[in-house]
Amino acid sequence: MSVVHAPPRAGSVGDVWQRFLRSPAAVAALVTFTAFCLAAIFAPWIAPQNPYDLAQVDIMDSLLPPGSESWTGMPYYLGTDGQGRDMLSAILYGIRISLVVGLSSGVIALAVGTLVGLVAAYRGGWVDTVLMRIVDLQLSFPTILVALILLVILGRGVDKIIFALVVVQWAYFARTVRGVALVEGAREYVDAARGLRLGHMRILLGHILPNCLPTMLVVATMQMAAAISLEATLSFLGLGLPPTRPSLGLLIANGFDYLQSGRYWISVLPGLVLLAIIVSANVLGDRLRDTLNPHL
Amino acid sequence: MTEFIVRRLLQALLVLAVMTVLVFFGVNVVGNPVYIFASSECDQPCINAIVKDLGLDRPIWEQYWVFIGNMLQGDLGNSFTHGVPAMSLIWERLPATLELAFCALVIALVVGLPLGTLAGLRPHHWTSRVIMAFSMIAFSVPVFWIGLIMIIVFSVSLGWMPAVGRGDTVEVFGAELSFLTLDGLHHLAMPATTLSLIMMAMVIRLTRAGMREVLFSDYIKFARANGIRERRVLGVHVMRNILIPIVTVLGMEFGGVIAFAVVVESIFSWPGVGKMLIDAIAVLDRPLIVAYLIFVVIMFVTLNLLVDVLYSLLDPRVRLGGNSG
Amino acid sequence: MTDVPVLQVDDLNTSFLLTAGEVKALRDVSLTVHRGEILGLVGESGSGKSITGFSINGLLSPPGQVMSGSIRLHGDEITGLGSEQMRRLRGNRIAMVFQDPMMTLNPVLKIGHQMRDALRAHMRIGDREVRARSLAALHEVGIPSPEDRLLAYPHQLSGGMRQRVAVAIALLHEPDLVIADEPTTALDVTIQGQILSLVQRLCRDRGTALIWITHDLAVVAGIADRIAVMYAGRIVEEGTVDDVLDRPAHPYTRGLIDSVPSRGQRGRRLQQIPGRMPALTDLPEGCSFRPRCPRAADACAQPQPMRDLGARRVRCCRPLTEALA
Repeated sequence: MSVVHAPPRAGSVGDVWQRFLRSPAAVAALVTFTAFCLAAIFAPWIAPQNPYDLAQVDIMDSLLPPGSESWTGMPYYLGTDGQGRDMLSAILYGIRISLVVGLSSGVIALAVGTLVGLVAAYRGGWVDTVLMRIVDLQLSFPTILVALILLVILGRGVDKIIFALVVVQWAYFARTVRGVALVEGAREYVDAARGLRLGHMRILLGHILPNCLPTMLVVATMQMAAAISLEATLSFLGLGLPPTRPSLGLLIANGFDYLQSGRYWISVLPGLVLLAIIVSANVLGDRLRDTLNPHL
Repeated sequence: MTEFIVRRLLQALLVLAVMTVLVFFGVNVVGNPVYIFASSECDQPCINAIVKDLGLDRPIWEQYWVFIGNMLQGDLGNSFTHGVPAMSLIWERLPATLELAFCALVIALVVGLPLGTLAGLRPHHWTSRVIMAFSMIAFSVPVFWIGLIMIIVFSVSLGWMPAVGRGDTVEVFGAELSFLTLDGLHHLAMPATTLSLIMMAMVIRLTRAGMREVLFSDYIKFARANGIRERRVLGVHVMRNILIPIVTVLGMEFGGVIAFAVVVESIFSWPGVGKMLIDAIAVLDRPLIVAYLIFVVIMFVTLNLLVDVLYSLLDPRVRLGGNSG
Repeated sequence: MTDVPVLQVDDLNTSFLLTAGEVKALRDVSLTVHRGEILGLVGESGSGKSITGFSINGLLSPPGQVMSGSIRLHGDEITGLGSEQMRRLRGNRIAMVFQDPMMTLNPVLKIGHQMRDALRAHMRIGDREVRARSLAALHEVGIPSPEDRLLAYPHQLSGGMRQRVAVAIALLHEPDLVIADEPTTALDVTIQGQILSLVQRLCRDRGTALIWITHDLAVVAGIADRIAVMYAGRIVEEGTVDDVLDRPAHPYTRGLIDSVPSRGQRGRRLQQIPGRMPALTDLPEGCSFRPRCPRAADACAQPQPMRDLGARRVRCCRPLTEALA
């Protein structure tokens, strides 16, 4: 007995990869983003000091410009902040926190949104109507407003900001998945699968979901960039992460007070890193959309 | 038309009711409202008094009605730190925020429309590529980072612009406005430009996309075939069609701009409601925080309603659809 | 003949300059239209009939460009004119009516507004006169209660009514030449007839020269004085309606006529032209119709000049003999 195959649309993974590599900007973005991910993973091993271990931080070394040395002769390549922390180390740990928050909120929102979208598309009827009404209502509010309200009620914390980011993101995923799933659900191969009396779960997971994946990948990349940006903004305002977990946004906020006195590096260097992460993620998403060509 | 407005009004009221329920029950479930309304020095008898005062011994749906009743009378409690009604503080600070937001809107349109038109007219020219790259960056880069760079460049390095405050103001109809004085404009320029960038990026994209679509339509060819001057074709016949989606999106985004003003106001120490919120959070002035949230939600829902009505006025197809439907 | 033709086109060549190379859309097109005369320009889609129209009124969209040839309006050369001079001709002396009335009128501007802009494009007149002229024009094309229509938006009118409005706008300035680009194709059959006779009557009354672009031989047979048949960017045959339709000289014309079902041939199998029109990027040497032609011979691979056969012209070295009789 023959198996019902979903028709290939985007071509094989190899084809997509080949097309992806044709854009130099996209390749640069991919290299940049991968480098930051590696830096985040290996931060504890490559950072010159642990910026949160007070024993390693010397207040005598505070506010040194990039290229200075500590009195023990250790170089501060990117200078130090107001507490005498090595900026390079602080930035490496900051990338770690920013990426963890961005990725984990993205993955959870993806899971929640995908589930809601699939259920809405597959069940249809009043379930669809109610779920999509909620999505519409959610999307009609600006993300920063929703996040602001939630964090004001909840307070600071890694779990809290991840929760807030999930709340502002899930609706995008839900709407996108529902849209794709409706199109895919209407295709003949799903009818064929139904004819074979496959279970509901198998139709959803085995046939509709795989065809939603290219679109989801694009949306997830863009959403992650937006989430990192939003987390940085909220942390900058003092609403997101606690001072004990300084993400890039918090580092920028710490340096903000020294800006007027010309000590630019404390703010600007983490800012440049944040910028590079967000822009490279956006370029990646753009290129993925062009190469995978999902119906967005 | 009337029927359309009434229907939209009912929808807006429903959304508003849902949001007040969310904020109210959110506050009740997640945080103890006693601590939101009591200062930190409050002891047990004082807390009991507040519980009775707030009616927390009564069932929760009854509390909700009291909350709504007070809200409808414009009473959202007193600020701890200022000792005056929270709403009066908001009204006092609102003109500064609205001024900032409107200036940002004007900048976004004045700069964005021509740039978007240019990019739409000659999509393959290098100027168009530069414009589109600019809009992509303005869209994705966090607002506070742009504000920061502006301060470094124009205030710290060049010393051209003041980095903080609002400058001289003039009182117009009881509201202090700064865009009427030279010093005020000087202070307004950087924050307003920073706040405008996201909207500007959006205007550029929408204008360009609209141009690409409308320019090749038969009715524009017909207008040209009738010898109508190019300036009028672009300015009226094309623009009228493009403005509809732009007005809709900008109107809906205006609520977002007020929310984003929180960021810009705290960077540039602009004395608006956003700065007030951040200050209130820093000192845990809870009634003021709740008042701000409720106020912004109301404003946002009202704005969405206004946009829908305005949209229907601009687009005859929607207007008549609402009439017959 | 002593009178100067309203329009005389000689050896017009129009190309699309793409990065991949030049695509020749029109090659050596020559046309003449006299006062009060109706010329039917017939051909399949892609044969270049619409491009001929846009080449004449200077509205080719880039990368389309007139490469060489002459277009004379009342004997005055207009190919070298600047954009402002061309604008003054458009709508004033050369008007155009488009195919789909649903798309020709701007959806967000009232009929009165569109007529006002068309009028003011060529004359400085006050509101009162604008209104008087608009009403007269609408009345003339048979629109009931024109006062109400001035305030209406296009979507409030039926397709037939919209095409009448478009005709009224095109004729506002009593042009010397009207180019009608398949103006009845998108309409119901009964409405088609009405528009057809309306345009015919208006042009005859005013002595306006009319080029009626269509793929429908039946329409041309009913309205035109002369016919020009286009194939792959060239005019292959031109003559009076009776000559061309009753005794076609070019095998392509013969094929076109035979592929139209008609009453006299009921029960007979329709003749079809085998194959399809070649792409403009991939034209055969010599006669473009050669690969599909039943009479093709070696001589057809040579360049085919236009041959004068008395009252008609044909671009074929082996014309059908019955035509020559």
